[in-house]
Order: sequence, then C-alpha cells, then structure tokens
Amino acid sequence: MCTYDTETVEIEGSAKGPDGWFGVTRAAVYVDHPHHAPFGHTLNIDFADPARGPAARVAVELTEEAARALVAAIQAALDHAPAGLASRSAPV
Amino acid sequence: MSDAIRAETVYVGDEKIQAYQARPVGPGAFPGVVVIHHLPGWDESTKEMVRRFAVNGYLAICPNLFWREAPGASPDDASAFVRGQGGIPDEQIIQDVRTAADALRAMDGHNGKVGVIGHCSGGRQALLVATAMPLDAAVDCYGAFALEPPAASTGLKMTSIKDRLPDLGCPVLGLFGDDDRNPAPAEVERLAGILAEHGKQFERHSYEGAGHGFFSPDRPGYRQQAAVDGWKRIFAFFDRHLGGKRLEA
Repeated sequence: MCTYDTETVEIEGSAKGPDGWFGVTRAAVYVDHPHHAPFGHTLNIDFADPARGPAARVAVELTEEAARALVAAIQAALDHAPAGLASRSAPV
Repeated sequence: MSDAIRAETVYVGDEKIQAYQARPVGPGAFPGVVVIHHLPGWDESTKEMVRRFAVNGYLAICPNLFWREAPGASPDDASAFVRGQGGIPDEQIIQDVRTAADALRAMDGHNGKVGVIGHCSGGRQALLVATAMPLDAAVDCYGAFALEPPAASTGLKMTSIKDRLPDLGCPVLGLFGDDDRNPAPAEVERLAGILAEHGKQFERHSYEGAGHGFFSPDRPGYRQQAAVDGWKRIFAFFDRHLGGKRLEA
C-alpha cells in the first residue's frame, strides 16, 4: 500500500550529501515504499533544504525496528549530555 | 514490418514538457498509450514499460509529471521534493497527460486511438484523466485514493474523483491485489459498484497472493504470476479497444 502520509518538521543543522555539507531546514518523515532498502515499506527520512532544490537532500530508509531504535538512541544521547548543550542558544 | 523500436527523451507541447517516448520504427498504423508514472517518479521501471508498449506495436509516451517542480532532478529526489510540497495538483496532471496524448496523436503512423495506463498513484490518475478528456481505453493498476482523498493532515493536494466518475468516457480495466490495503478489495468493490451505477464498462481482476506494486520487477512486492497474467490482460484489453497488433520480426 502507499500511505502518502508525511510528517514534516522544520529543523536546523547540517547534513552531508554527494556535494558536501549543506544546511538543512526541513525533515520529511514517512512510512512508504523505499527506493533502495530491500523491504516492502520502510520509515523514510529526508533531511533537506528545499530552497537549494531537489538534490539538496540526505535520505535514509529504515525498518520499523531500526527507526524505533534510532529514536531511542537520539533520546538517550540527548539525556546523557548536559541539558541544553546542543541547543541553538547554548554558548560556544 | 520490423520489430525495431526507437526510444528517447522528448519535450512536448507548448510548454516543452519532458517525456519519455518509444515507438515502432515501421510505418504503422499504431495505437497510442500514455503511461502515467507512479509516486516514486519518472524512473527506469516506468521507462521500461514505455519500451514494452513500443515492442508490442504501440506508440507510447510517459510525461515527467514532476518536471515542472524538479527539472533535471533524479527520480527519487524529484519524488521526495514533490512529496514535501504536497504532491501535484490534479488539474496539472490532467494538463500534462493531455499534452502527452496530443503528442501521440500528432505522431506519424498513429491510428487515431489513445489509451492510458498507470500504476499506484498513476492508477488513480488514469481514472482521473479518463474523466477529463477523450480517450479510448484506460487501465488502472492498483490506484489508491480514487474514491476518498487522503486525510487532510497529509497536506496532499489530490482530491476525490468520485464526483467525476459520471464523466468517465471510455472502458476501464482494473488490476488489483487481494492483499493490498490501499486500495483494499472492499474499496475496489465500491468503485465497481459506483461505475456500474453510472453504466460504465469496468473489467477487473484481483490476484491472490499479490499486494500493492506486484507489477514492479525491481521491488520486493513483485509477483511473477500476477504480473505475467496482468500484462496479457493489459494487451488483450488495449488490442481490443485501441486496435493494437503485435510487431513481426
């Protein structure tokens, strides 16, 4: 099945694509058919800067198990670091 | 008669829409088919379908429906970009398919008949365009969201085509998988009922053990028996309604 459901979130940071690093402004998250991963459906994330065009994108296609493990790992990494260390307003 | 074909990217209509076109090199006359690509884009497997129609004696063309939004992008990047923008408006799809159909009609050796076929989102769009322009036959391969659009929370621009179905102007062949959940067999039944109420010609077949995307040879959902039988049904349907004939070597 095609879900067409897409969760979109504004983000701030950088990603590395075929042409090097670039700033990313939006992440699209959706469960649908992958282009490459050998599964019927995957959790897909596009880290992108739409203002730079369609190719300014870093994509991942993860199984549901991998995606949930990734969510937990992100949460754990943030919890283990001093609060606010990676915040945009943290002093550098 | 020759079995040779010519296949290439072309730019059609006043707006020079990018399209992939394939045709027999013989004199014809050949029927035409517009191939509508799926949500993953104007990709290699779709272009292979275009060539398959040419090898079987059809003029075939597939407009790149993402060309306006993502010119020159790879199919997966274009698909992701368009998805992030909420998809393509239905009226734009109709316009680009009409341009492609007109390009077929203008080709040397065309027999005057044009059909349309689409898979996945393209299946829905095959139905959509068959309600909006003169066509001679349409094939809907597991098109989702034909009767009810996706939830508003998806942000997608597609609308229900239920109210357009009285305007359907040609016979339709529908090919589906019993294991598909979008469209599920119940939705296909409902579509069949509505088309029957409107007196429309709708042949359909649903394959046991097949789900969504069973025609896609490069995806895990490929089902060999369903795909082989499905292609036979497609050519039998188009041959009957468009006057297609096999090429001879």
